[in-house]
Amino acid sequence: MTATATPLNPAAGTRHGSSIGQPLTRRDGPLKVTGQARFSADNLPPGTLHAALCVARIAKGRVTGLNRSAAEAHPGVVAVMTPENAPKLAQDPDAKAGPFIFRLDLLQNDRVRYANQPIAVVIAETLEAATEGARLLAPTYATETPRIGLDAGEVFTPDSVGVGAAPSESDGDVEAGLASASRTIAATYETPAQYHNAMEPHAALAQWDGDRLTLHMPTQGLAISQGRLAGLFGIKPDDIHIESPYLGGGFGSKGVPSGPQVLACMAARMVGRPVKLVPTRSQMYGPMGHRGPTRQTLRLGTDAAGKLTALDHHILTASSSFDDFFEPAGRATSTLYASPAIAIRHEAVRLDTGTPLFMRAPGEATGSVALESALDEMAHELGMDPLEFRLANYAEVEPITGKPFSSKALRECYRRGAEAFGWAGRPLQPRQTRDKDGLLVGIGMGTATFPALIFEGLARAEIRADGTGTVELGAIDMGQGAWTALAQIAADGLGIGMEALTFRMGSSDLPNAGIAGGSGHTATAGNAIHAAAGDVIAQLAKLATDDPASPLYGAGNAGVTAADGRLTRRDDPSRSESFADILKRAGRASIEGQGKAGADAAAQKSYAMHAHGAVFAEVKVDPDLGQIRVSRLVGAFAAGRVINPRLVQSQYYGGMIWGLSFALHERAEMDPRTGRFLNDNLAEYHLPVNADIPAMEAILVHEEDSVVNALGVKGVGEIGITGTVGAIANAVWHATGVRVREMPITLDKLLG
Amino acid sequence: MRNFDYIRPASLPEAVAAGQLPDTAYLAAGTNLVDLMKGGVTAPARIVDITRLPGLSSIEHLPDGGTRIGALVRNSDLAYDPRIEKTYPMVAEALLAGASAQLRNAATVGGNLMQRTRCPFFTDAVSACNKREPGSGCAALGHATRIHAVQGWSEHCIATNPSDFCVPLAALDAVVEIAGPDGAREVPLTAFHNLPGDHPEHETALRPAELITALRLPPEAAAFRANARYLKVRDRTSYAFAVVSAAAALTFEGEKIGRARLAFGGLALKPWRVEAAEATLAGQAPSPEAYAKAAALALDGAKPTGEANAFKIELARRVAVRALTLAAAGTPARIPALPASPFGIV
Repeated sequence: MTATATPLNPAAGTRHGSSIGQPLTRRDGPLKVTGQARFSADNLPPGTLHAALCVARIAKGRVTGLNRSAAEAHPGVVAVMTPENAPKLAQDPDAKAGPFIFRLDLLQNDRVRYANQPIAVVIAETLEAATEGARLLAPTYATETPRIGLDAGEVFTPDSVGVGAAPSESDGDVEAGLASASRTIAATYETPAQYHNAMEPHAALAQWDGDRLTLHMPTQGLAISQGRLAGLFGIKPDDIHIESPYLGGGFGSKGVPSGPQVLACMAARMVGRPVKLVPTRSQMYGPMGHRGPTRQTLRLGTDAAGKLTALDHHILTASSSFDDFFEPAGRATSTLYASPAIAIRHEAVRLDTGTPLFMRAPGEATGSVALESALDEMAHELGMDPLEFRLANYAEVEPITGKPFSSKALRECYRRGAEAFGWAGRPLQPRQTRDKDGLLVGIGMGTATFPALIFEGLARAEIRADGTGTVELGAIDMGQGAWTALAQIAADGLGIGMEALTFRMGSSDLPNAGIAGGSGHTATAGNAIHAAAGDVIAQLAKLATDDPASPLYGAGNAGVTAADGRLTRRDDPSRSESFADILKRAGRASIEGQGKAGADAAAQKSYAMHAHGAVFAEVKVDPDLGQIRVSRLVGAFAAGRVINPRLVQSQYYGGMIWGLSFALHERAEMDPRTGRFLNDNLAEYHLPVNADIPAMEAILVHEEDSVVNALGVKGVGEIGITGTVGAIANAVWHATGVRVREMPITLDKLLG
Repeated sequence: MRNFDYIRPASLPEAVAAGQLPDTAYLAAGTNLVDLMKGGVTAPARIVDITRLPGLSSIEHLPDGGTRIGALVRNSDLAYDPRIEKTYPMVAEALLAGASAQLRNAATVGGNLMQRTRCPFFTDAVSACNKREPGSGCAALGHATRIHAVQGWSEHCIATNPSDFCVPLAALDAVVEIAGPDGAREVPLTAFHNLPGDHPEHETALRPAELITALRLPPEAAAFRANARYLKVRDRTSYAFAVVSAAAALTFEGEKIGRARLAFGGLALKPWRVEAAEATLAGQAPSPEAYAKAAALALDGAKPTGEANAFKIELARRVAVRALTLAAAGTPARIPALPASPFGIV
């Protein structure tokens, strides 16, 4: 298997000149719709063996027997990997060195910690033989009673929640604020366990050459994966080559290597041949992470005018029996509404499930539905319009920290969204409106928010004597459009057209561009590209302006701009020179530059940085049958500079659809007696289908931000979900008068 | 999955002969069987692929006014057949309300009747399940979900039949034509699926090695064409099994109801039809009260199997009233874009 980064040649018809801000279609689109895009599991080098997982069908206990001889005797089976013979690892997979290290089950003992935990791997000449081999293992167990559900486990408070946040935050005296309030409400909301369900499973094709590992594997974090695997196998990260050009969705679940992907590497090492392991859909319910259930209690107090006097948010959620991660559901509460007293407290129970893993707006999604529902309940209590109530409590500075926002066009989002939706004139009382078919109609809104994150990232750029350029970095396209948006930044950074740009990403051989997660990838990778390209242009400008033979001589670095493959004097557009001429005269074949992105510590200290939005939903509910349909969704979002409006709009649509999914569909069901799943498949774990998705509008609200990062970019990937769940829940209440506080909102809860 | 022999007979007698070998399953489109084999729920030693058998893929309009539908007719071909849509509109509507376009393009009429329950304790291949492993018990009993039965269940099994198609077929007195070692015979659709009783493993009236060759709609089924609807309440707008569904069909004599048919999906291990409920409607003026009375009779004796499905009894009453109301209002000129949906009324 040769290691080559995947280049994507520019599609015909791409725009010349300035690329940022243009609605280019996705450059990987034609490859994907014609089946030419090669996903990890599409690779099949000669001699590849197929691996199948045997997974635990209990949630707690020990494996007491595996019928190894039956599996080994099955025609085509090459090896059976169990704790008896699994390669020993250089590092305990339960050792925890940092917040991005998740404990893994890698056949190092016979313990079962959750249902669907891998307990053996069968390696065979065909997938069919491996699968049957796994079945023939017919495990026996010593079963213990599992702890399933929020009332089943012991409560604990970890040192930190999410990735390094404090479990509690507060400002002011909430009890005093409630005592002095003229109106108070208290309500408890529940959200279920949810599973990422990326369309593409967590495949891995692993091949060893001595102590060097080549891996085709979908991942949101190439360097994180290299680091984790290097630790487990006791090799250098540089000796691990990972190709991940395309992901069929990640949603957080591919942020760190999953246990089965590591098992594929172990299997390949054991048999000395390439091994491919593609988990089944049901095997993704357990070792690939999930969103834990939550039970959230909100207490709000206001004065007579509707100003908040207290905002208290208590969150009970869940982690696994053997790790600590859970999503911080209280985060939105710390940033959205002004209140003299705010308290947020996270606790969790330990359950016999796999460990939760960041999923689609981790924290904000679950917290926001509780917060936005509670805001709506309070507005009703006050007899206020829900939008007016939010405006009355608009946070001019970030609550708790008191920091100013680097930018916040939320008022404009409210205004534009409300106008496009037709919010004005909404009846204050619920169950007031019916359509011509007699269906109940309701409208609701929610505020969207997500932090503007940036991670550390590197990029490399080059301009050649023929006027073409290259930009490369280990960035990841998980469907969001990185192949296109990042290339736009690269082309503009180098001052060349897309047709002159070779753009590479998706390989660990390229500079580490950080994780594609936290809605921070365009900011991270984009700013690294911007810096690398700027480095090239600065060197090129120096060559030209130092050279008396150049028309640019003496202009100084700050005095030229790069565009269309030329440097031009800023003060005299008639004086310019092409990159090719500059390099040829200097006798240089090319100029290479490096760039780096990362958080600006000083800016982070002084400013709060978040994207914002407002989502408006209309739902229809059958008054007798309870069946619900969202009939309209309008979101208006402000997230800094828009690199590609077509892709950004798509991201907002996608987020809003996930919001609809959260509000009405998603729920992992487990049998509390056994810890086994009752709906670990796409027929019964409901995600919305096309027929569930209404007419949608996503409005891109202009926002300039010179603080957040050099490009002025905030994230757009996850924010759409955050306002939408609450907007739909509030619209269902407005339609029916029934306040459902337990997600998802299903028809049985509306039958009355 | 377990290795199996694959047999592709050229004729019906050859198929029936092959079907008599032990541990054999007939395969049509495989949209359900193959999934179950992959999941280890069922592991036949032999598969008899009947998809190339001659003479089982046509829709015949019979001289007596009835219709015979070959067992291998695809769900989508049947649903989009103009005469089927016109003559038995609720059959077409139910078909289009089921599964996804891709599945309907593959799945056959006979296979639809043979589809197994979606009870998770059956499909997980490990829980106690009397249907999958007779005598092992019923794990669903202590943890019923919204898909479990409220009618006709026993302490040995609380599963439901997932078919939409079978619901209007039951209402229209469809007949199942069967071939087997002892020759051809036929069974009314209402007697084709067994309630669980003491032997939930006996799922249908088929005897060993028998297979479905056709479905027949009797001449009188066409009489309901002007007032027939299928209504399916579900947790998402498409590609979801019914929480509760109903097929309702009426004839009118002047202003009064002549004959009525009413069958439910999602309630039991077979389409649930109570003829006494239908009989109360005969001679009545169409009214919500009359429908409610029929619905109450149809739900007589219904009993939840857990907290999670108790709502289905009241929901089924309302679905029945709505379906009858829609049927009385008249069959729409064309099947709505969202078939059988409360949101696609016309």
